[in-house]
Amino acid sequence: MRLMNGFDEEQIGRLLRLLPPAPEGWVRAAQELPAARATLDELVARAEQDAEFRLQLRADLERAIAAAGYDPSPFVVSRLRRLLEEV
Amino acid sequence: MAVEQTDAQLVSRCRAGDPAAWNEFVERFSRYVYAICGRGFRLAQQDAEDVFQEVFARAYERLSELRSDDAVRPWLAQLTRRLCIDRLRLNARDTPSDAEPDEGEVDDVLDQLDDAMAVRAALDKVGDPCREILDSFFCRDESYRTIGDRLDIPAGTIASRISRCLEKVRTELDGRSRASRPS
Repeated sequence: MRLMNGFDEEQIGRLLRLLPPAPEGWVRAAQELPAARATLDELVARAEQDAEFRLQLRADLERAIAAAGYDPSPFVVSRLRRLLEEV
Repeated sequence: MAVEQTDAQLVSRCRAGDPAAWNEFVERFSRYVYAICGRGFRLAQQDAEDVFQEVFARAYERLSELRSDDAVRPWLAQLTRRLCIDRLRLNARDTPSDAEPDEGEVDDVLDQLDDAMAVRAALDKVGDPCREILDSFFCRDESYRTIGDRLDIPAGTIASRISRCLEKVRTELDGRSRASRPS
């Protein structure tokens, strides 16, 4: 804590205004990261074992994820794209 | 008053795989990360959303690398700052007007946000209904009427309730300040 001595009520109000809530959808997406991480792990495992699935992912990532029964969330898509580029 | 959990305790629960802890972690720091993107770096909404998600994704993946659980807030600030700069540099390749803000200005904003987070923690400690009233008025820009309707209290009493709640937060902050002062 940098300075917590002697704030008056006006300063407290001003400081509270600096922290509006982030949009609900952003917060929810971040909270769902653990589930998205599990999805990613499953997709990676399948892609490692299934050459056809790997080709589908490379052809159209989002569609292939959805066709496999998973939610193509931005987290899953971006991480999987990065992983495919590295392979 | 609400029971307060320290940042270190919350991080420790996240590491232990407590399913509710990550939700609380995001809840606690979402405003902070959002404010750094918006106030510190003035990112456009789409860029801010990308950075926001990337910050929490990396935090989730790298929480185990944090050297001290107490240092999670500065760690998040640094991570957010780095990703905001990366985004601005990426944008500047296409649009040279996306200049990076002055480092000193960003430092000042981060200092203010740290103070704001301390006030926020004091408000959490004071708890509801003050938390809801002050959050509605100062953070969500709601009118007295809207707040009164939602909380089922007369709109004419909101101003005095805000004043009393601010006084409670100030008292809580003063107590924290005395507690942290070396004797």
